Amino acid sequence: MNTGRTYTSWGRHFCYQHTVHRLHHRSDDLSFMTTAQTPLLPFGMGRSYGDSCLNGGGILIDTSSMDHFISFDAGSGRLRCEAGLCLGDALAVTIPRGWFLPVTPGTRYTTIGGAIANDVHGKNHHRAGTFGRHVTCLELVRSDGSRRVCSAKENSELFRATIGGLGLTGLITWAEIQLAPISSFAIETETIPFESFEEFLSLSRESVETYEYTVAWVDALAPGSGLGRGVFIRGNHHPGGERRFGCEAYTPSPPLFRVPCDCPPFLLSRATMRLFNTLYYRRHGRKKRRAIESVDTFFYPLDRVGEWNRLYGRAGLIECQFVVPPAQAGLIPELLVRIRAGRSRSGLGSGSFLTILKEFGRIESPGLLSFPMEGITLTLDFPHRGEATRDELACIYEMVHRAGGRFYPAKDSMMSPSLFAASYPRWQEFAALVDPKFSSNFWRRVTLA
Amino acid sequence: MKEHGATLLIVGATSAIAQETARLWAAKGHLMVLVGRNAEKLGHVADDLTARGGQVRDVVQADLGDFSTHHTIVARALAAFESLDLVFIAHGLYGDQQRAAADVGAAEEIIRVNFTSIVSLLTLLSPHLQRQGHGHIVVISSVAGDRGRQSNYVYGAAKAGLTVYLQGLRNRLCRDGVHVTTVKPGFVDTPMTAHMKKNVLFASPKRVAGAICRAVEKRKDEVYVPFFWFWIMRAIGAIPEGIFKRLRL
Repeated sequence: MNTGRTYTSWGRHFCYQHTVHRLHHRSDDLSFMTTAQTPLLPFGMGRSYGDSCLNGGGILIDTSSMDHFISFDAGSGRLRCEAGLCLGDALAVTIPRGWFLPVTPGTRYTTIGGAIANDVHGKNHHRAGTFGRHVTCLELVRSDGSRRVCSAKENSELFRATIGGLGLTGLITWAEIQLAPISSFAIETETIPFESFEEFLSLSRESVETYEYTVAWVDALAPGSGLGRGVFIRGNHHPGGERRFGCEAYTPSPPLFRVPCDCPPFLLSRATMRLFNTLYYRRHGRKKRRAIESVDTFFYPLDRVGEWNRLYGRAGLIECQFVVPPAQAGLIPELLVRIRAGRSRSGLGSGSFLTILKEFGRIESPGLLSFPMEGITLTLDFPHRGEATRDELACIYEMVHRAGGRFYPAKDSMMSPSLFAASYPRWQEFAALVDPKFSSNFWRRVTLA
Repeated sequence: MKEHGATLLIVGATSAIAQETARLWAAKGHLMVLVGRNAEKLGHVADDLTARGGQVRDVVQADLGDFSTHHTIVARALAAFESLDLVFIAHGLYGDQQRAAADVGAAEEIIRVNFTSIVSLLTLLSPHLQRQGHGHIVVISSVAGDRGRQSNYVYGAAKAGLTVYLQGLRNRLCRDGVHVTTVKPGFVDTPMTAHMKKNVLFASPKRVAGAICRAVEKRKDEVYVPFFWFWIMRAIGAIPEGIFKRLRL
């Protein structure tokens, strides 16, 4: 055991003391789970933004060194590996043999276990649903020492609770995933500027049938009537045939540079963030553009800057993502106006820096606590400026609550117990399946335990 | 070493540094014989390396502190491959310095695992490498062998012995076309150092593995990993013994 390192989440505004137990093999002795006197929680890469991966005063089970492949069948695309294997490390092996993740989040630095526990989604939600839909089975170790293989057929209740279960149902030691075949590592992309939320909606709807991947970037700081402008990005896997994009030629691109230290808070002031957003919008011009990109730059642009969360300064950042039902889509433009106006009352003095918009499809999520549901999802991020930021965010939470929306636990730091109960109607069914010795700060917060 | 399909004997294959290094070699499609103490973990490592593109030809379960196993290891490596392109020795035991300071049995174990067991293995292997007229021996020593300090001098002494032994071996085998690389890692974040408080000097096994691969490609003689340990050890080496002996290190 080692207690010397500080374990924090990607938003870096939660600081808790943990006892850490590191695992290296799926066969490691796990008797410490049975004898533990304080709550347990698995921990992967710490890429969750809020407190769902933290367990202050308790034990974190660091799985990031438990990262062995168990088997990979290049014929069928079945990958079986330990839960601590990073998506990027998996891709380095599977892409050259013609297989890609069926669903990928916006970073390669997520463990397989973390991707399951948060039932992550990606730009192809309207086609493929969430990550959990592609998990064929997994092994779950409970604090009573039992090891169970869970799948849709075997231990199916635990399986549904573990997908999107935030690590609370026990420790995932290994999992098996069905990958998707690709014939090149390139994506044919199209970027289309839009001027308003309505335009975004029509672009999104026309792309559902013909594009595997869709997402939009929104300039949440645009002045005047420009608010709602953004860039719609859609893409399909390149059909292959060109040698330079051939799967065998794939090598993962390392980060271009690493942010060496915490940046001073003025780096991301309202003025600089506005400038960045305007420049980004200008760069994408006023016309449609086609390009061919590698999967690395298309899916993982932020991975190109190592430790980018340091840009937000020592105080960290608060990220939030919510989804509202299709009928409530009107909330989004209303909210954008609200956020931009925040400045006048010293609220979100800086506004949302990176704002991402996406329409989720109808495919049902497999987990009891999965976040995605049909509707529009918006991701916002704010430099953390203490109480002022939190007050303003409370207002966003309130508006989304009233609209019948829900927040993503992996990016949440403020959800109230009432909002949690209202927006995750199956939570009591889930709570009954939580391992009695497992807990997290998030779980204690939303259940008032 | 060949770009693809070289033959490798990896001793101490379940150690964190060996695993990460072997993963880089597996990606190049090299052929391997793995040696380790824990059969189950060794199996996991073999499966992992296979999925990553390596070709694991044999897996030998052996307690390296027991020299009688060494004949078997060498015999099985030679049975698997016509010639051996690279031998990577990565096993080690940090041990408990306080116990070793008081109990000669504990000290002897540290010296046996970190020094004499490697002498034994290389004594058996070097004639074969000499005969085939090529090959590369890569052994993990440590910066701890550069200067003795109270917190780990038994381990350090074993590593110092190892470093000097490898210097001599390099000198002897040079004319036969066999190359010897001594790797001196600083603090690495592995199970061996799980009990230590981590600081900025700690490197990940992945980073160390990358440095080892580059050192092998460049056929280095002695290499500090990460590189900055070269300068740290120069500075530590420059402190006069009269002052050094009073420091709490």
